Amino acid sequence: MAKVHVTTTINGEPMEFLCEPGDTMLDALRGTLNLTGSKEGCASGDCGACSITLDDRLICSCLMLAVESQDHEIRTIEGMANGEKLHPLQQKFLEMAALQCGICTSGMLVASDALLKKNPDPSEEEVRFWLAGNLCRCTGYDKIVRAVMETAQELQNQEMRAQ
Amino acid sequence: MNLVTNNKWIGQRTIRPDGMDKVTGRAQFAADTTMPGMIWGKVLRSPHPHARIKSIDTSKAEKLAGVKAVVTARDIVDFPIDKGAVMLGIQDMRWMCRNVMARDKALFPGHPIAAVAATTEAIATEACSLIEVDYEVLPWSIEIDDAIRPDAPILHEFNKFEGKPSNIAGRIEHKKGDLAEGFEKADVVIERTFTTRPVHQGYIEPHACLISVAPDGKTTIWSSSQGQFMVRAMTAHLTGIPQSDIRAIPAEIGGGFGGKTIVYLEPLATLLAKKSGRPVKMVMTREEVMRATGPTSGSKSTVKIGATKDGKIVAAHGTFYLQAGAFPGSPIRGAAGCSFTPYDIPNLLSEGFDVCSNRSKVAAYRAPGAPIGAYAVECVLDEVAEALKMDPLDFRLKNAAKEGTKAAHGPIFPRIGYIETLEAAKNSDHYKAPLGKLQGRGVASGFWFNAGGESSAQVNITEDGNVVVTTGHPDIGGSRAGIANICAELLGIDYRRVSVIIGDTQTIGFSNLTGGSRVLFASSMVVTQSTDKIIQTLRERAAKIWEIDPEAVKWENGAAHPVSPNAGQFEPLTLEELAEKAPAMGGPIGAGVQLNTTGADGGFGTHVCDVEVDVDLGIARVIRYTAVQDVGRAIHPGYVEGQLQGGVAQGIGWALNEEYIYTREGKVDNPGFLDYRMPVCSDLPMLDCIMVEVPNPKHPQGVKGVGEVPLVPVMAAVANAIYNALGKRFYALPMSPPKVLEVLEAPTREAAE
Ligand code: FES
Ligand code: FES
Repeated sequence: MAKVHVTTTINGEPMEFLCEPGDTMLDALRGTLNLTGSKEGCASGDCGACSITLDDRLICSCLMLAVESQDHEIRTIEGMANGEKLHPLQQKFLEMAALQCGICTSGMLVASDALLKKNPDPSEEEVRFWLAGNLCRCTGYDKIVRAVMETAQELQNQEMRAQ
Repeated sequence: MNLVTNNKWIGQRTIRPDGMDKVTGRAQFAADTTMPGMIWGKVLRSPHPHARIKSIDTSKAEKLAGVKAVVTARDIVDFPIDKGAVMLGIQDMRWMCRNVMARDKALFPGHPIAAVAATTEAIATEACSLIEVDYEVLPWSIEIDDAIRPDAPILHEFNKFEGKPSNIAGRIEHKKGDLAEGFEKADVVIERTFTTRPVHQGYIEPHACLISVAPDGKTTIWSSSQGQFMVRAMTAHLTGIPQSDIRAIPAEIGGGFGGKTIVYLEPLATLLAKKSGRPVKMVMTREEVMRATGPTSGSKSTVKIGATKDGKIVAAHGTFYLQAGAFPGSPIRGAAGCSFTPYDIPNLLSEGFDVCSNRSKVAAYRAPGAPIGAYAVECVLDEVAEALKMDPLDFRLKNAAKEGTKAAHGPIFPRIGYIETLEAAKNSDHYKAPLGKLQGRGVASGFWFNAGGESSAQVNITEDGNVVVTTGHPDIGGSRAGIANICAELLGIDYRRVSVIIGDTQTIGFSNLTGGSRVLFASSMVVTQSTDKIIQTLRERAAKIWEIDPEAVKWENGAAHPVSPNAGQFEPLTLEELAEKAPAMGGPIGAGVQLNTTGADGGFGTHVCDVEVDVDLGIARVIRYTAVQDVGRAIHPGYVEGQLQGGVAQGIGWALNEEYIYTREGKVDNPGFLDYRMPVCSDLPMLDCIMVEVPNPKHPQGVKGVGEVPLVPVMAAVANAIYNALGKRFYALPMSPPKVLEVLEAPTREAAE
């Protein structure tokens, strides 16, 4: 059972770790790297609780092999806030009660961030379809969708003021 | 009673105390915890729906390198069936000890047969496959109709119904007046039969625990559940370890909805840890969650309602058969006891039958039983209203329970807010909005008992004058926010100065489960009383400093003040100042209260639902939804709305798509989120809430339970809306696309457009 040595970047930091060839990225994050913010809800790509980005592409880390992160850039929920300063989406989720139990929240935030990077001004429908891969059983999604839309609006306004 | 009216924090959308941890990924859920030396536990499960276990040979598994311990039913404390019930809350330990590990017989596919702990998860899984079990496969039944046939295979031979061995494990009834006489008076009588399928609570976090047992037997459990005290008690019962030796630490909980009110893994992991001397971690896969943890019942209900021409319901009869799964205990009380309760019906018989069959034991799911009953009752009500040519809300208003109405399950209602919910629904923009082609609107109401029960709180003032509140109920959906609001309000300080902690079993007094819509009701009562005691202490301290009578000191805006100028002229003493002076003025400031809370009363809601049906694809989509509920007092409106919206979303899933599908071999065929189709974001519209506030007079802040009612009316509201859109009524859930198409294509159908 020879382990594989992987060199990668996680949340902007260079990282090295050993893993089994069959380990998923989620296993590596939660196990070896002790980054437990990404959650396992299904291990089959159906719940989105394990959402991360790989070179800015939103993926389910339970469907990716850990070895595939070699020389790539991974971002997880742990890298979302800037030190003490929350990301605007995190702040909005808090203010608008867009979480109840919080198990889906990491994945929701990572997915919403990826959406706003791609499309800073999404319609409600676009938000709903983009987040369709992230299950939430507690909120009925209403507050989550509102929080994402409101964050988008605020970021747009800030942008306009900056110009 | 001191209803605070000029609120600073009660009723505010404050940021919850645990919020920061949850949006940054720092919050520790059960599967996030590790320990040095930790090993992994895995469960071997029965492939058969019904089989006698003739022998289990674990020797090969034990010899596998890396395996540290194996346990079977032999290691678990037995509660013999013939010695009578041993109840722990609503759970009978005779069933629990057989549900966590099969004894003699495997009763459903997924039933645990043995458990293994090994140095890695992979080795533990491999070891499970090396265990040899000799099964005698028995005939089985899954569906209610099969299970109650006279020649049905019997799950529990000792169980008798009407003198014969039976799968019917119990019957309850609620009765009022004279049924025959009542129906005699009716001008319109409608009787229908409905079926629903089992649905899973669908919490996103699978069951998980980490347990260490020290050589002296001291046991520490980190696990995700709706009650650390329930975990402690059940684990103690099933392992023989005294409760005082078990410390159950509540991890953050990733959803439960009733499904985490019982234990599955904890007793097994404890025994494995004890045998191996190593901490043991166990985490279920999603498939295990779906196969072996509680869904709620599938059901078959017959409801008959009679009304007079002028719209008065004169008689009603309901028969509710609910699946219990492998062991007795389906929520017949919720079905038979809640579904007619919104109405004042003079002649009523409501019966519930508990039916065992070869599927996993059901667990509580949000207002257990009530949504099943309400689906049938509220659909028949819709038909009666239509026959009488009455608006469905007017019909409900005419028959609505109110203060003084005697409910069939016993109580005489105090001031309740049901009529207010009907009126608010009727006056809503939603109810008046026009509908388009192939769109329909449905309404339905629902009731849930609500619960009080045991609760403990400890409130301590820190040396720098801030506040730490400890309670004993896991926070499943924002209860810490409500508690912080209340405590800050009473003390007159900023809510950010209140930190709210969920204590473990060894640090806070007994507190019952998070369930029954009871947590904020019960915990805010004990927190209020503890805070009142603290305020009393603070007044006494100030009085001592000022050398006046404590009665001459009032507490306001976070400080002690003299009640009036003639009590003396003193500068106010703030909480910080009094905390700083505490060592010299009588010592630490803190208070704890333990109570068996009462006065929860019931909760009522009325929902309005619009659907649009795609008649080519058979897809019914909910396009607009309004949930109206009497919430007593919304301590944190954001999280109250969240409860309403979450319940509605679950109900829409139950109505339209969710169901357990079985293979011909009696196994669940859709044990994952791909095929067990819960609503995703793009399936739903925004979910509007109207919170009616009729304060509960028996609670210091007027709180009523809110978590369960939101699921009760949903399936009926959706079904009534689909009927309104198509002129076709569905008597079975889910109303999924193939089933909608089937009804639409039935030869008797007139064109839907
Ligand atoms: S755990 Fe990866 S999608 Fe569910
Ligand atoms: S907040 Fe619980 S699953 Fe989303």
